[in-house]
Amino acid sequence: MNDFVKKFIERIIEGALMISSTVTTLTVLLITIFLFKEGISLFNQSPLEGDNIITVSANNKVEHISSAQIKNIFDQKITHWDELGGKKDSIILFTFNDLSTYFSDDEIGANFELLPHKIDSLVSNTPGIIAVFSKKYLAPNFKGKIVQVENVSLTQFISGEEWFPTANPAVQLGVLPLILGTLWVSLIAIVIALPIGLATAIYLAEVANQKMRNIYKPIIELLAGIPSVVYGFFGLIVIVPMVQKTFNLPVGETALSGSILLAIMALPTIITVSEDAIRNTPRSMKEASLALGANRWQTIVRVTVPYSISGISAAAILGIGRAIGETMAVLMVTGNAAVMPHSLLQPVRTIPATIAAELGEAPKDGIHYKSLFALGCILFLITLVINLWVDYISRKRSNYSK
Amino acid sequence: MDINTRKRLAENTAFWVFRILSLGVIGILFSILGFILSKGIGVVNWDFITKMPEDGMTKGGIYPAIIGTLYLIAGSMLFAFPIGLMSGIYTNEYAKEGFIKRFIKLMTSNLAGIPSIVFGLFGMALFVNGMGFGDSIIAGSLTLGLLVLPIIIRTTEESLKAIDNSFRHASLALGATKLQTIRRVTLPMAMPNIITGLILSIGRVSGETAPILFTVAAYFLPKLPTSMYDQVMALPYHLYVISTSGTNIAESRSMAYGTAVVLILIVLILNLAANALRRYLGKKYKIN
Amino acid sequence: MHKIESKNVELYYGSFHALKGINMTIEKNTVTALIGPSGCGKSTFLRLFNRMNDLIDGVRIEGSCLIDGKDIYSKEVRIEELRKRVGMVFQKPNPFPKTIFENVAYGLRVNGISHATFIEERVERSLKQAALWDEVKDKLKKSAMELSGGQQQRLCIARALAIEPSVILMDEPASALDPISTAKIEELIYELKSQYTIMIVTHNMQQAGRVSDTTAFFYLGELVEYDSTKKIFTNPTEIRTQNYITGRFG
Ligand SMILES: Nc1ncnc2c1ncn2[C@@H]1O[C@H](COP(=O)(O)OP(=O)(O)O)[C@@H](O)[C@H]1O
Ligand SMILES: [Mg+2]
Repeated sequence: MNDFVKKFIERIIEGALMISSTVTTLTVLLITIFLFKEGISLFNQSPLEGDNIITVSANNKVEHISSAQIKNIFDQKITHWDELGGKKDSIILFTFNDLSTYFSDDEIGANFELLPHKIDSLVSNTPGIIAVFSKKYLAPNFKGKIVQVENVSLTQFISGEEWFPTANPAVQLGVLPLILGTLWVSLIAIVIALPIGLATAIYLAEVANQKMRNIYKPIIELLAGIPSVVYGFFGLIVIVPMVQKTFNLPVGETALSGSILLAIMALPTIITVSEDAIRNTPRSMKEASLALGANRWQTIVRVTVPYSISGISAAAILGIGRAIGETMAVLMVTGNAAVMPHSLLQPVRTIPATIAAELGEAPKDGIHYKSLFALGCILFLITLVINLWVDYISRKRSNYSK
Repeated sequence: MDINTRKRLAENTAFWVFRILSLGVIGILFSILGFILSKGIGVVNWDFITKMPEDGMTKGGIYPAIIGTLYLIAGSMLFAFPIGLMSGIYTNEYAKEGFIKRFIKLMTSNLAGIPSIVFGLFGMALFVNGMGFGDSIIAGSLTLGLLVLPIIIRTTEESLKAIDNSFRHASLALGATKLQTIRRVTLPMAMPNIITGLILSIGRVSGETAPILFTVAAYFLPKLPTSMYDQVMALPYHLYVISTSGTNIAESRSMAYGTAVVLILIVLILNLAANALRRYLGKKYKIN
Repeated sequence: MHKIESKNVELYYGSFHALKGINMTIEKNTVTALIGPSGCGKSTFLRLFNRMNDLIDGVRIEGSCLIDGKDIYSKEVRIEELRKRVGMVFQKPNPFPKTIFENVAYGLRVNGISHATFIEERVERSLKQAALWDEVKDKLKKSAMELSGGQQQRLCIARALAIEPSVILMDEPASALDPISTAKIEELIYELKSQYTIMIVTHNMQQAGRVSDTTAFFYLGELVEYDSTKKIFTNPTEIRTQNYITGRFG
């Protein structure tokens, strides 16, 4: 009996162990589902703010309009209907803000009760008009035509160059500047960090004696443990002014500041991972080289580094992954201008920084909110690819050394 | 120049460059620590860590942020430690070599690679909105817990793996069950390293900002939380707001230095504790 | 003058006394076998002569080691020069993950030789000396990792020959190989004797008997007996030697 209870308890505990081990898998799955559920729902949504509609006169041939076109009309970059596939008429824009220039207060009534009728006649009598107004002012038998606004499309999202997620009346959701900003800042960071990190790794694995190693290792661990917000703070008060002064810039919050900071933050990863790889070079390989009269430096260059090159590249890729995902430090020092990056000395904005800066203000389930989740999806995919890649490299390596 | 001289010259030059670059890496750390500590250590005193912020967070202390961070540490560890531990035990002691084990490992490493801001998004979608916890300690703790779960799993797994099979076999040969062997032999031997992992994940939790931005962190709260459904202030978020978006950034600068010092001290102490523990317990159990 | 000589050599790994007062002389163009149970210091002794032990932290060496009458531990000796004159073949074949050609050319390149035809000629000659040329001449650009274990070991021998050493140290060169490859290596050692002085560590008594002229028996860091191979195997002076050879311990 007692034995039976014992066995039963063991089974239960083993079951609990098994369930725990599925939690991570489940989490990754849940993250994927939640992120993509919100992110993908962006793509069947109209980019129009609120319950606005866009109307034109009935005999206007234009049926569809994209959010970029709407913005260009508002910015007067598009001024004629033929640019949109319509007639030669020039475009006359009517928005709710223009109300008083078109109608007197009496005409629309104290509670806007006459407004639907007024808009109706304005639209039907003005061939070149484009009128943007709330759905609730649509007259019962409206004589104009409602233009379909194209949903946000994936290609527009990825390749669009303008990020104005709160623009009125149509939001602009082009994430290209954010993607490029992220890659730009991260790649430069690795270009800075890799040589230094690799040199340190080689030094620790091949040159330094045990005593030196015992001093260096905990310090590098500590460097890895400092919170990114502290790095950001340091960047803000030291690196930013330094960059500003050195290059004589109006502001120091630039891509370069971000890259320098990220380089510092990526160092521990690069050093630790590549040191491990270098240390894994079989001793016999190094001894063979030395026995042939090579000195230690030649052995490092010709044998050790080539042998551990896959581990070193894994270190670099992991470093890039960290840099791409880093949020707070970058948010604090890069200036966050959502423009296409042209130089290192300009402000840029990365994907994580965008999410961090904007999610707090984006109304839940709105288009802005969803677009930030879509950004999260992009980030997730990038890091997933990086992880799988590193996993592949290290698996290949362990097969090779068997 | 003969070949031997050339070889020696190249080697010496390269090694000196390496020495200098690695000294540079150490120098970076010391300049960061040195700079912040020298500017902020004067700010940190008893009042600073026990008083509420005053005057739009330009004076007073950071007590509520410290308390908030402690709550988040406790909450996330309560959730992540048992699950991480059990999961690590399962993968190393029970799961058979093969697809399942590799898949679990791959998922763990994937989870570890997901950027913290994505955890923030996920926490907001699932815990804050989906489960209706709102911005709360529980939502923040769960989010942070998931973030450090892979760290705990991995250290558990690695410390178990480091134990020679002969110990397990000895115990099994004496008639102990697998679970008894784990409880009485394997786990106690692995504990020092597991605890080290726990300490390091506490360090991680206390410093993370992105995951708590939208799940728990408050800009300013005049009183302390009373339940796990309350928002809290937290040290890293506090540092972020007073150094970037306060109404009077310049005046709260000294508060920011002080907060940064507290954060650094936490990490420093946890690191030292982890190392000391590793050494002390390692000696006691005669491993490593 | 002896080709190789060790005088009162003591070696310590930290506090562990690994070699105890070793005196030994080796003549030019002979093969000397080092035998003895595992851990008795054979490899340590062998590695004295290309100063491979220098790489290990905490090693302390006393006494003197001479090659061609010169102390190889004296300050004037350049360690890489020494290693060029003293080649080494390891227990497990350890070709570099490079092409067959580059493996053999490695020692030349790191010693500053870049003349292409010179390197080609030397590679060919070394591969021929190592009896490997016919098997690899059509795939010199292939990775050395694709060769069989025995071929890899002969490649490692060719690699050592390419820099024209006068002494070759072999640490159980055939212990990881099958009998046919082993026989080839033994044959090769016999061929090489006319030009090189060879020291070989082996666990295989028959092998020692077949290839060597003189044999040294080590036990717990001591050189117990050193004599002609014939004498050691037929009529050893020391009882410990006899026990070992007849398989009573070790
Ligand atoms: N790097 C080292 N550090 C400490 N002790 C060592 C080292 N290498 C070998 N030894 C010790 O020195 C003794 C001789 O080793 P070795 O020369 O490799 O023996 P053999 O080749 O005869 O088997 C052994 O007891 C071994 O444990
Ligand atoms: Mg040996």
